[in-house]
Amino acid sequence: MKARNKRLLLVGGGVALLVAAVALVLSAFQQNLVFFHTPSEVVAGKAPVGRTFRIGGMVEAGSIKREADGLTVNFAITDTAKVIPVSYRGTLPDLFQEGKGAVVQGTLGPDGRFVASEVLAKHDENYMPVEAQYALDQAHEAARTVQQ
Amino acid sequence: MEWESWSAFWQMGGAAPYVWGSYGVTLVLVALELVLVLRRRKDTAARLLRWRRAVGKDVGGPQARMESIE
Amino acid sequence: MTISTTTPGRAAVRPPQGWLRFAAPQQFYPLAGQLAPWFAALAALLAAAGLYIGFFVAPTDFQQGEVYRVIFIHVPAAWMSMFIYLIMAFWSAVGLVMNTRLSFIVSQALAPTGAMFCFVALWTGALWGKPTWGAYWVWDARLTSQLLLLFLYFGFIALTRAIEDPRRADRAGAVLALVGAVNVPIIYFSVQWWNTLHQGASVSIAKAPSMATIMLVGMLLMALAAWMYSIAVALWRVRALILERERHTEWVGAVLEAEAKAAGGVR
Repeated sequence: MKARNKRLLLVGGGVALLVAAVALVLSAFQQNLVFFHTPSEVVAGKAPVGRTFRIGGMVEAGSIKREADGLTVNFAITDTAKVIPVSYRGTLPDLFQEGKGAVVQGTLGPDGRFVASEVLAKHDENYMPVEAQYALDQAHEAARTVQQ
Repeated sequence: MEWESWSAFWQMGGAAPYVWGSYGVTLVLVALELVLVLRRRKDTAARLLRWRRAVGKDVGGPQARMESIE
Repeated sequence: MTISTTTPGRAAVRPPQGWLRFAAPQQFYPLAGQLAPWFAALAALLAAAGLYIGFFVAPTDFQQGEVYRVIFIHVPAAWMSMFIYLIMAFWSAVGLVMNTRLSFIVSQALAPTGAMFCFVALWTGALWGKPTWGAYWVWDARLTSQLLLLFLYFGFIALTRAIEDPRRADRAGAVLALVGAVNVPIIYFSVQWWNTLHQGASVSIAKAPSMATIMLVGMLLMALAAWMYSIAVALWRVRALILERERHTEWVGAVLEAEAKAAGGVR
């Protein structure tokens, strides 16, 4: 009888822990269904201005500028329709590059500049050898020259 | 061959902790599961054999046969 | 592997013919023992080939460098964790409808392996995320729903082991497996339905794979190895579960005595 009670307590405790964990995960899931907003949504006023949120898009080509202190980076994030200027102080992930995807977390200042506290690189699902990418770039280049 | 040397292979272009951390943990888990699963059957068999011998003829009687048919 | 179904009561009266007879635990036990080593051997061969291609033939990725080689383990593990849960739900449904004991046993034998692959997918994903995204973990829809799958596996294992009456444990586990199965399409389509940090699928039915062929070959070999491994381990685990469940029967007694004799004496 005693062993049975002990077992019941153990099972009850385990189930309660598991239910709590699932509840926490579900709440995180619901809160982060929109993991990031696009620059267009931000410009349209659909983003939660005044509190921390995330913007996702492409790092605009030619927009990365490092300030004299060597730590602060300014760049622009775009969904090709709208552009949001971003400031960030800290280390950047290796895959953070112009023309590639990124997700920035922070707050939108009154001047329309997004002050990021975290920068994540969002890469695509393409995997290929370096040479293949080089050949692809060459082909694009050739196609563009022909068009012009 | 993709690699210039074995040391280049182990360094994984600077990503060694991430790549080997992934493969290492997976290998350990797979090995652990194999050991546990094979030992579990052996242990179960040994335990049940002891149990059956201890209970003697009662096991496998009409009552037990009923349970097996369910 | 076809494990078909019949009511045990009738099986005792008129043994079914062909593959159907393996629905009886007594018939399935030796079959599982014979098949498992072959699946294990296949798994080892496929994994060796997959790892060789993954590490020595597949070239460096243009974008991620060498760290992308985590994919050969991450994607097969993630696929397997989702697929095993679906198989568990399938056998649970069969068990509930047809009232077959072996279906429940198979579904319970798969759970620990599914949980293992689920953990591996999360672990390798974290180690891959740090150098590429810049974070071990984010609460995006893909990662969060995969974490939920791990908890569903834990819940299933805990539930089926906590309930003492096997028939009630079977049913409770089966209901959880069926309800939890809703999460699997959510994991799979999360990257299409919502904004996630996790990238979309490189390989899907809808489009041509966005991977170089040799990388894809390595990944698919590893996925096949994961399949064969899962079958082998589940078959071995089914044998232990069958012995436990059928311990009162004469045939288990005979099997145990024969095994002890073959092993050379009593332990």
